[in-house]
Amino acid sequence: MSKLELDRPVAVAEGAPPRRPRWSARSRRDFFIFLAMALPNLILIAVFTYRPLFANMQYSTLDWTLGSTTARVVGLDNYVTFFTSDDAPRVLGTTAVFTVFTVGLSMVLGLLVALALNSKVRGTTFARAAVFAPYVLSGVGVGLVWMFIFDPGYGVLAWMLRGLGGKSPEWFNDPQLALTMVTIVYVWKNLGYCAVVYLAGLQSLPNDVMEAAALDGAGAVRRFWNMALPLLSPTTFFLLITTILSSLQAFDLIRIMTPLGNGTSTLIYEAYLQAFGAYNRAGYSASISVILFAILLIVTVVQVRFVEKKVHYA
Amino acid sequence: MSAPATIAPSPAADRIPARDRLFSKANFAKTIAGGYIPLVLATLIVFLPLAWMVLSSFKTPGEIVTTDLKILPEQLYGQNYAEAMTTVPFGRFFLNSAIVTFVGSAIKVTLAILTAYALVFVRFPFKNVIFILILVALMVPPQVAILPNYVLIAGIGGKNTLWGIILPGLGTAFGTFLLRQHFMTLPSSILEAAEIDGAGHWRRLWRIVAPVSLPSIATVALVTIVNEWNDYIWPLIITDRPETMTLPVGLTLLQNSEGNTGSGWGILMAGAVLVILPVLVIFAMLQRYIVAGLTQGSVSN
Repeated sequence: MSKLELDRPVAVAEGAPPRRPRWSARSRRDFFIFLAMALPNLILIAVFTYRPLFANMQYSTLDWTLGSTTARVVGLDNYVTFFTSDDAPRVLGTTAVFTVFTVGLSMVLGLLVALALNSKVRGTTFARAAVFAPYVLSGVGVGLVWMFIFDPGYGVLAWMLRGLGGKSPEWFNDPQLALTMVTIVYVWKNLGYCAVVYLAGLQSLPNDVMEAAALDGAGAVRRFWNMALPLLSPTTFFLLITTILSSLQAFDLIRIMTPLGNGTSTLIYEAYLQAFGAYNRAGYSASISVILFAILLIVTVVQVRFVEKKVHYA
Repeated sequence: MSAPATIAPSPAADRIPARDRLFSKANFAKTIAGGYIPLVLATLIVFLPLAWMVLSSFKTPGEIVTTDLKILPEQLYGQNYAEAMTTVPFGRFFLNSAIVTFVGSAIKVTLAILTAYALVFVRFPFKNVIFILILVALMVPPQVAILPNYVLIAGIGGKNTLWGIILPGLGTAFGTFLLRQHFMTLPSSILEAAEIDGAGHWRRLWRIVAPVSLPSIATVALVTIVNEWNDYIWPLIITDRPETMTLPVGLTLLQNSEGNTGSGWGILMAGAVLVILPVLVIFAMLQRYIVAGLTQGSVSN
């Protein structure tokens, strides 16, 4: 056994592998072991993650009904239809409103909850787990629970509004209220994620610097705005990107609470409705998926570029 | 920030302003207002809707279809659960979900361990390129892939089958990424000893690398289990017969038959309890691993 083979495996993964004099039996064996270990996973990823990206692009050039064996090639007509019809302002508008409000509210409320969790009192561990819990629960189950709460007839919210002398709004029939309702529930389900990530950020702030500022007479509010918040900017940026990406992919709550997508048809939901709902326009659906993917790609590229620049910051 | 108070012995306490002294009246009020009230509030906002779900699942239709709302059910009315089970084949949904979750997670975690080990410890050309391709796959949401995957899986006869539900999700970029990052941190000394003993990759993986990485593997496993259990869009599309539906899809079916009736809410809440409770129990027991796994990346960034 040569000395080289005792090299740190970590170094092999990080830099160039130590150059071996020849295609030895050992290398050949490693080559096949690697394939045996990694290939099943890599093939699955290629077939079910990468292939669909290209398949969608191809489908998007078709006038095609799901299940039908014939399709007409229409070039970029589906894209033209989307951008020249009412669909573009409606779907892109809904997506923008939903994304802006879910991201904004989750992050602001998440930061507030994180500040509460960061206080030095007993029970923060339990509270941290509690606020995170909705994030791991089934969107379908959560959606049903909140539908019952929002129910204009027998919901607890309607009951409370009646007690105040009011009347429940038509959460499910009014498109704008439907979007408001789904946004509220989405924020309820996801803000725990922001809170826990912000909490980790708060706890990694340099303690001595914060304490020095406190001794110099900086109040809690000033320490927060002038020190904590700027120092948390990498966390904020990370959360901004991840929550934008997950809001753009939100499906479960929208599907269960507003199956017809009346007022809540974001890009992902419109793509679903067009292919699997009543419309039966699979090619058109694929073109919306391609548009959605392009947006996701842009957000991701922004993130990668930013992180590259700031790599030594965090 | 409370460090001086805890570390310093009593003489130092004199130098701390009165308002910061432990157990002073002002400090007590501050702790309650600044510490406990927000915490309790945040916890209640999470728990009240879930508590409402559980309470409502035990209410009679008469207690639900009423304008005179009572918080607690008069008695534990189990009929909602019985009805949820008979209106739709809930037992079947539960079993399907359990099978899909167990088989899917077991295969995914195994594949993740194998791929991560190969990426870190086995010599192979272009490993970095392969790793980047896995990273990029991490960013492709499954939602944009459903139409092409539907065409493929339906085309090979996977519609309304459990393997059709499981197969497209088996490739795992998340688990591979997370475990690879962990394997990179393992000290090389433990592997060198095994190599001198003549242990091959297979034995090194299962005798050394996997056992010392159990917390990371548990994290990946738990996150995978929770995701498989909750997975909705794909099973929704690939099944339209109750025999192969998973729990979330079955709940949609239950909603179609019980929704809009008012009195059906009790039954729907019973259904929601059945899909939410298992995850809630697992989370309550193992939340540390789950939270760590799901917030991965925030630290490395």
